[in-house]
Amino acid sequence: MKITEKEVEYVAKLARLYVSDEEKEKLTKDMSAIIEFADTLSKIDTDGVAPAAHAIPVQNVFREDVVKDSYKRDDILKNAPEKEAGCFSVPKVVE
Amino acid sequence: MSIEKLTALEIAAKIKNKEISATEVAKHMVSQAVKTKEETGAYITVTEDVAIEQAKAVDEKIANGADLGPLAGVPFAIKDNICTKDILTTCGSKMLYNFEPPYDAFVTKRLADSGCVLIGKTNMDEFAMGSSNETSYFGEVKNPHNHDCVPGGSSGGSAAAVAANGAYFTLGSDTGGSIRLPASFCGVTGIKPTYGMVSRFGLVAFASSLDQIGPIAKDAADCAAVMNIISAYDNMDSTCLDIERPDYMKSLENNIKGLKIAVPKEYFNGADEDVKTAINASLKQLEEMGAIVEEVSLPVTDYALAAYYIISSAEASSNLARYDGVKYGYRAENFDNLSDMYFKTRCEGFGDEVKRRIMLGTYALSSGYYDAYYKKAQQVRSLIKDAFTNIFAKYDVIASPVYPTVAFKRGEKTSDPVKMYTGDICTVSANIAGIPGISVPCGFGKDNMPIGLQLMANAFKEDVLLKTAFAYQQVTDFHKGI
Repeated sequence: MKITEKEVEYVAKLARLYVSDEEKEKLTKDMSAIIEFADTLSKIDTDGVAPAAHAIPVQNVFREDVVKDSYKRDDILKNAPEKEAGCFSVPKVVE
Repeated sequence: MSIEKLTALEIAAKIKNKEISATEVAKHMVSQAVKTKEETGAYITVTEDVAIEQAKAVDEKIANGADLGPLAGVPFAIKDNICTKDILTTCGSKMLYNFEPPYDAFVTKRLADSGCVLIGKTNMDEFAMGSSNETSYFGEVKNPHNHDCVPGGSSGGSAAAVAANGAYFTLGSDTGGSIRLPASFCGVTGIKPTYGMVSRFGLVAFASSLDQIGPIAKDAADCAAVMNIISAYDNMDSTCLDIERPDYMKSLENNIKGLKIAVPKEYFNGADEDVKTAINASLKQLEEMGAIVEEVSLPVTDYALAAYYIISSAEASSNLARYDGVKYGYRAENFDNLSDMYFKTRCEGFGDEVKRRIMLGTYALSSGYYDAYYKKAQQVRSLIKDAFTNIFAKYDVIASPVYPTVAFKRGEKTSDPVKMYTGDICTVSANIAGIPGISVPCGFGKDNMPIGLQLMANAFKEDVLLKTAFAYQQVTDFHKGI
């Protein structure tokens, strides 16, 4: 199936990516080729086959709910691009 | 013989017998790593200070009579998507160009506790997406056998470092062949364990249902020694299996009489003649050693690649949503508001291949296409799993090429993503089915480039793979290296 430039624009927005006109053209071409390749999947009969999310089934793995030391705040903030008063700092969200 | 050419177990024995100190070995291997970095780009970071400090601690313990594990004092390197506390962990991406994790991955800690000496972090395709190690923000990696060729990806730096004698062993990660492919292209041995055998805690996620950490080393015995250290239960990874693990070193018996090997003919479709010749010769060798080799058919193989690229991209688009410039890593410099910051950060921080996969995965998961692609791929996953179960009801091992060709030239496939993706035909199924696979050097093809034999076994049967590879390496020299 061919993907349109409009679809690429829409998906890019969902993925929080800006795409230039040049990138848009290339992505449209590349994604169409990859999706056409993925369309081979439509040829195989999967009626009644249960989808497998994981190869090795593991379910509901719980730990004991006990209080333990966590990471120090300064250690976690060490990599923050911007921080203030022990918090991650971001541009104003609500005007 | 220069000490860098020894295997991990050999140098460990010399350190244990006090023929040479761990510190001397560390110093020598740090200089080897620096050389490897300059010549092939296999390293992103060389950790000299950490190496010397860790090696000194090992020497002290040995002097005090402590019996450290079988790999104590052995210098090794870790792929740059596995967390090392306070040591740069970039994933080969501008997005994490300055990221120093506040914690160690489970495997990092296990190896440190076993006295292994960290000498550096290895280069990789950006976020482990690639088959050629040409997408790293920190530059591409060259194949030590021929600098014009790619080392394979995505753990290209990990394989090239071992092949160039720039580390005794390394850790890689394998989502669709990322350990086995570079091991094959670089003429070294690499194993992808069963999904859930090695904790993924501290492995930067690409496709969580497929990712698995494993060793790359000079031979199967070294891989077994590393597996004994890293394969253990960890309650920090809910998919890590709480089961008994065998002693892999004890599985290394030189006897494969009666081993039943299935050879799926679909894995040879499109393979080059030199690859077919080498694989067939290795099968004949295994037969002479007492294995029973039979051709089988696995028709579902034709759908594995499409299923793989849908599943892995869908999971990647979700996993990589976390890179927004807020808590760590790259943040765009100029932006108008919060939304603009997200868009610009992601746009400037990710490379083209990563963006392409995020886009593909977002598309496959988007409303209207979910059933046709993602759900369909998950159903095909069930069929692939069933097909393997049927084969393993009758056979111990599946043998095939790792890749249809020897290492290709750098730049040869970068312009055509589908061409790049289709090469992964032989490796992706093991990840989809969660089973273990190993790449064993089995010959040389065009331009004298290495060829790898892939062996796959049923889930939890790493011991069978290591035993088979070990026995094969007792009678062959293809793994002896540069």
